[in-house]
Amino acid sequence: MKTLGIWQRIRRNPYQSASAALIMALTFFVTGIFIILALFSSSILSYFESKPQVTAFFTDKKDINSIKNLEAALKATGKVTSTKFISKEEALAIYKEQNKNDPLLLEMVTAEILPASLEVQATDPKFLPDINAILKGEPEVEEVIYQKELVESLLSWTNNIRKIGIVVIGVLFFVSLLILTTIIGMKIALKKEEIDILTLVGATESYIKRPFILEGMVYGAIGTIFSWIILYGLVLYITPHLGNFLLGIPDLYIAAWGSYRIAIWPISPSFMVLLLLVEIIAAITIGILGSTIALKRYLKI
Amino acid sequence: MVRFENVSKTFPNRKQALYSVNFTIDDGEFVFLVGPSGAGKTTILRLIFRELIPTGGSIFVDALEVNKLKSKEVPYLRRKIGYIFQDFKILHSRTVAENIAVTLEILDKKKEEIDEKVKDILKIINLEDKKDYFPVQLSLGEIQRVAIGRAVVGDADIILADEPTGNLDPKTSWDIVKLLGNINKTGKTIIMATHNIDMVSSMKKRVLAVSGGKLVKTEKIVY
Repeated sequence: MKTLGIWQRIRRNPYQSASAALIMALTFFVTGIFIILALFSSSILSYFESKPQVTAFFTDKKDINSIKNLEAALKATGKVTSTKFISKEEALAIYKEQNKNDPLLLEMVTAEILPASLEVQATDPKFLPDINAILKGEPEVEEVIYQKELVESLLSWTNNIRKIGIVVIGVLFFVSLLILTTIIGMKIALKKEEIDILTLVGATESYIKRPFILEGMVYGAIGTIFSWIILYGLVLYITPHLGNFLLGIPDLYIAAWGSYRIAIWPISPSFMVLLLLVEIIAAITIGILGSTIALKRYLKI
Repeated sequence: MVRFENVSKTFPNRKQALYSVNFTIDDGEFVFLVGPSGAGKTTILRLIFRELIPTGGSIFVDALEVNKLKSKEVPYLRRKIGYIFQDFKILHSRTVAENIAVTLEILDKKKEEIDEKVKDILKIINLEDKKDYFPVQLSLGEIQRVAIGRAVVGDADIILADEPTGNLDPKTSWDIVKLLGNINKTGKTIIMATHNIDMVSSMKKRVLAVSGGKLVKTEKIVY
């Protein structure tokens, strides 16, 4: 069926073709969102897990000598990598830097109302409760915070995103496959006479099947590219807003080859290209699968 | 060469269409297959083309035993045979040139070769000026010529024509038969089913007469 090119075949049934491409676009748009969310939450989780830290905030009565003694005592346990004392003045400087774009938040805030603190890096997350206990037992310690709760909360979010993602993507893949099979099946029925004639003039089974399989692949590819463009636009729009929310989170990478890295935060063009490639392969596979099922079901040569 | 050895055919409804038919058609022959409607002419052609499988006997096309071919080998048999159908079996969504080109596309020929051969065939069937017409724009005689063009363009050795003049007026019928005669002169074997006795008599070609599923005449004429 070479005389009628693939584009001509698609154009001659525009509504069916648009339905097939749109369902693929919807599937891969949602898939793209879940892939980004799952990778991003995993990376954030890994980041917090790799930086086991406890922070103790002191009352104004705590003197510098007792803090130095505390640092020495912590280091003597062998469970601490490093400690960092942040004075009231340094806390104010950090606060000012974080809120430099919001003058309202800077008003009325002085070094006096901010507490001095000690940041303690553990050698392993499992030592965090021990360090927490030492700090809480220290006099003039107002509050101790550490990342256990944050990590647990992130872990729960990541697991939920993965579970919901698998179910939603699974349902959408199934629906796409079903719609694609139906559309290709309708096209086979419409071309029954043509297929019969081609068989009579010596066309092989693969010659007759090839254009239908190619059509399925094209629907997959078009749908994916369309959804990817929208997703990339959304990513570019939302990144600056997320940037304010995730202040202090460094660049996060999902893969690295020597000096070449693929960043999930901020989402890099190389990540988006990788996503496109993975989605196109998946979409083409669905296209081939849908066409093959339709050919098996509806084509009798 | 086409050879039938004790070929019988019974349809699933138990109607026996052929009874132990034997004949041989040599390369380059022009043979008329005659007989009344329902005699078994079309069955013979469909058996040669492997549209049907005999219930007994063997059919040979050159060295191929047609009845023993596997399904995936059938397309290769059909590429050796051009079939002209009484109901044309033309692709209505394609132009005259595209209909003829289909045979060459199936053979995976290059575009330049397809264009050249289609041009030559259009000249032979006298439809050069209508190459971009769709079947709906053509007369029945012209559509039949497109079908002939499609059957011969692939350089098939054997042309089967199933009552190709059945739907045509006498003048157009003669034009079609003359066209097939000219194709036969290029060395192709032509087997034409017809019940037009006047035409058969005038052409002075070999006649295989079928009646009630039996071969009643296998006259071989030497000129």
